[in-house]
Amino acid sequence: MSTTEIERQWTTRLRHRVAAKLPPEKLLPDTQPTYVSSWIYVFGVTTLAALVVVIATGCLLAIRGPQWWHESDIGHFVNSLHLWSVEIFFFAMVIHLWGKFFMAAWRGGRALTWMTGVVTFVVSILTAFTGYVSQTNFDSQWISTQAKDGINATGGGAFFNVLNLGQMLMWHIVLLPIGAVALTVLHVLLVRVKGVVPPFASTNEVES
Amino acid sequence: MYWYTAVAALVPLDHLGRYLHWHWLLISVANLAVIAIMVVTFLAALLLPFPGRRRRKENQ
Repeated sequence: MSTTEIERQWTTRLRHRVAAKLPPEKLLPDTQPTYVSSWIYVFGVTTLAALVVVIATGCLLAIRGPQWWHESDIGHFVNSLHLWSVEIFFFAMVIHLWGKFFMAAWRGGRALTWMTGVVTFVVSILTAFTGYVSQTNFDSQWISTQAKDGINATGGGAFFNVLNLGQMLMWHIVLLPIGAVALTVLHVLLVRVKGVVPPFASTNEVES
Repeated sequence: MYWYTAVAALVPLDHLGRYLHWHWLLISVANLAVIAIMVVTFLAALLLPFPGRRRRKENQ
């Protein structure tokens, strides 16, 4: 195969494009800009850390099943870890959102980073909701019977039936987590490509 | 008596939660407390100094 033919392959072109857009030193940098040393920049990575615990405990719950999380001590513990890591996930994500909103984090060509964050937030809410209705307890019965009226009023009940436990569980443990994790990976990669948004005061000195 | 029974007694969870109702707004005290803690955390994150910041500035 000639050099020209190799250069024309889609794998070669994709590799060159990815390497140019996100070289290793940009993907995992040794240092960060000075303005990043503020507590407000901590909440994005706190959200990521909570997401790792959410997924790890979710995997354990999926492996062992409802009887385990309802009846055994260790099952109760893992179930509680799953709930409380979700609480921390949303707590940190909303503070991250406030911080990025007030520093207009979509500046400097970062609109797609902002939008992937917004969509991840919406997908996370749907994931949490389907989790609440998949608990298989009185709480989930109450939430699903209340939610069905709201969703039926929108016409969405024909496709998304909150009283169908199998459907809700599949959305919760397969479709929505795949979406949330894929969007999170994209969001983090975009942050690495564009860099962390500078505060307003130092915009000129950083971007000039 | 387990130690966590004493801790749980501080926050009674075995009866209906308290709600605040003002015109169209209806919110549980628990949810309002979480929102208040988030606002306090947000302000603290803006105002509290980050460890090592002075050292970095000195090195530059």
